[in-house]
Amino acid sequence: MAAGSLTMLPDFSISPRIDQVGVEERASRFTKRSIKKEAKMNGLLLVLNMIDLTTLEGKDTDGKVKQLCYKAMHPHDAVPGLPTVAAICVYPSMVKVAKKALGDSGIKVASVATAFPSGQAPRDVKIRDTKYAVNEGADEVDMVISRGKFHAGEYNFVFDEIAAIKEACGEARLKVILETGELGTFDKVRRASDIAMHAGADFIKTSTGKIQPAATMPVTLVMLEAIRDFYYKTGKMIGMKPAGGISKSKLALHYLVMVKEVLGEDWLNNEWFRFGASSLANDVLMQIVKEKTGVYQAANYFSVD
Amino acid sequence: MGKTIINKSSLSISENGLEKKTSSKRLEVLKTYKIYIGGQFPRTESGRYYIPVNAAGKKLANVCLSSRKDFRDAVVSARGAFSGWSGRAAFNRGQILYRMAEMLEGRKAQFIDELIQQDATKAKAEKEVNLAIDRLIYYAGWCDKFQQLFSSVNPVATSHFNFSVPEPTGVVSIIAPQDDSLLGLVSVIAPVIAGGNTCVVLASETKPLCAVTFAEVLNSSDLPGGVVNMLTGKPSELVSWFVDHMDVNATIYCEKDSITQKMMREKSALNLKRLTFYDKVNWYSEEGQSPYFIMDTQEIKTTWHPVENIAGAGGGY
Repeated sequence: MAAGSLTMLPDFSISPRIDQVGVEERASRFTKRSIKKEAKMNGLLLVLNMIDLTTLEGKDTDGKVKQLCYKAMHPHDAVPGLPTVAAICVYPSMVKVAKKALGDSGIKVASVATAFPSGQAPRDVKIRDTKYAVNEGADEVDMVISRGKFHAGEYNFVFDEIAAIKEACGEARLKVILETGELGTFDKVRRASDIAMHAGADFIKTSTGKIQPAATMPVTLVMLEAIRDFYYKTGKMIGMKPAGGISKSKLALHYLVMVKEVLGEDWLNNEWFRFGASSLANDVLMQIVKEKTGVYQAANYFSVD
Repeated sequence: MGKTIINKSSLSISENGLEKKTSSKRLEVLKTYKIYIGGQFPRTESGRYYIPVNAAGKKLANVCLSSRKDFRDAVVSARGAFSGWSGRAAFNRGQILYRMAEMLEGRKAQFIDELIQQDATKAKAEKEVNLAIDRLIYYAGWCDKFQQLFSSVNPVATSHFNFSVPEPTGVVSIIAPQDDSLLGLVSVIAPVIAGGNTCVVLASETKPLCAVTFAEVLNSSDLPGGVVNMLTGKPSELVSWFVDHMDVNATIYCEKDSITQKMMREKSALNLKRLTFYDKVNWYSEEGQSPYFIMDTQEIKTTWHPVENIAGAGGGY
């Protein structure tokens, strides 16, 4: 574990300060690249392959999850040779259903845990929640941090909690959701990223998707830079998952540009970068079909998750 | 736009001392003709423009030369506006069409002026504007009445209440008539939106002024953004996109160009679009307005509603 391998943990209260104007300016530059034709097609296929197809609703049923799993394995059979998505993201109670539906397709099952989305529960409940998801077969666990404790300055609490959940995960990869929409400033996003990575996160993730604003390019840039600094310091790669609010292919391609230019090509695969999204997949599929046929597409001709 | 006028003001010294003289000639503020998408007036994303000229060789304006991507964006707006517009009470749609006529009446002088610039005589321009206003009123009236005329209750053998009603088909792409640049435009848009559809319209290429001004009328007449989207540009460049977009449900074309018509027939087959050619309609005559124009972009929905077979009540419906 990363934390164990370090001789001394940094003082999180002196995490680097972020220049908000600079970050926003830099992030907007990534949207100015022109990506056309073959590069666009390769980008679209990569985006599709990086999606964590997500359903996190109170009204989820077994049937809905099975349908989503089918979509994950067969995004659009009219176009042969498409990649599958990276993972299905569900509540712990749906892990078993998803695992069975996905079979040996190679698609991962990610489960949110730790009293998602608020995280307002005692630690033992969160640990049981996590263990339940892992025992049901989850390959990945998406936890939320305790934002209230974080705002109160109890960084040790947040750190210990993440470390405890990491331990409960066992073999499963841990994604730590910062819920940047509730953190307020880039300084706090950076600090929370540093805490999560040092405490053992395999991925850091922007949002639950339940709070606005969710993922934005500037906030993702702040987190990518935190990952880069952590990598230079420890040699350990951490994954990134922006989630919520990314529903258009063009925006997704901008994110890929950002990842490439901040972290490099090592991160440009679904082992290290994911999109948490539900409606992005169909938009990507529509763009792929548009590129192949030359005809603008309509949502009616694509399966509703 | 286009030309630069250098306005010189001069200073001269009179016997009484320093006296400032200003030129009486002022810089004319020329209007920028922009396109209309989703209730906004953006410039074309392509940044291109063209300059239509009238018969006398006078440059009319710099007009946006829209691209396929403007069309793509317009279809997204039209699709987004569809559920709201088709879901409105038909009576309310009638009110809004009437309001459009009122706003057009208020800007009559401007439309007449633009038509004259585009080679019409004063008398013809006045007639065209008056007819355009009347045509909006005509379709405003039909908004909540054509349904009764074209619906039916159908006699069936089983115990069902069976009825058919017209419903709007969805997003309609329209290549407006080239010649009657205001009356023709209004005559093709009004029946489409009266029936609850939304549309993307390509204005007359050579006479685009009225179309853009009409978009300003629409924008100030309670018509929700996205219901009518107005592009300017070349049909030769855009027709194929208008007709093969999968998210467009019907296309209207008004020219006699048989080669283009054939191409449109082929491309429209891709998603079984309704394709309508108004290449023989005289918009000035009585045949230029009819509820059948509304029906050209309607679908008939038939419903079989089970009813209890009441003993002795007999068949029928």
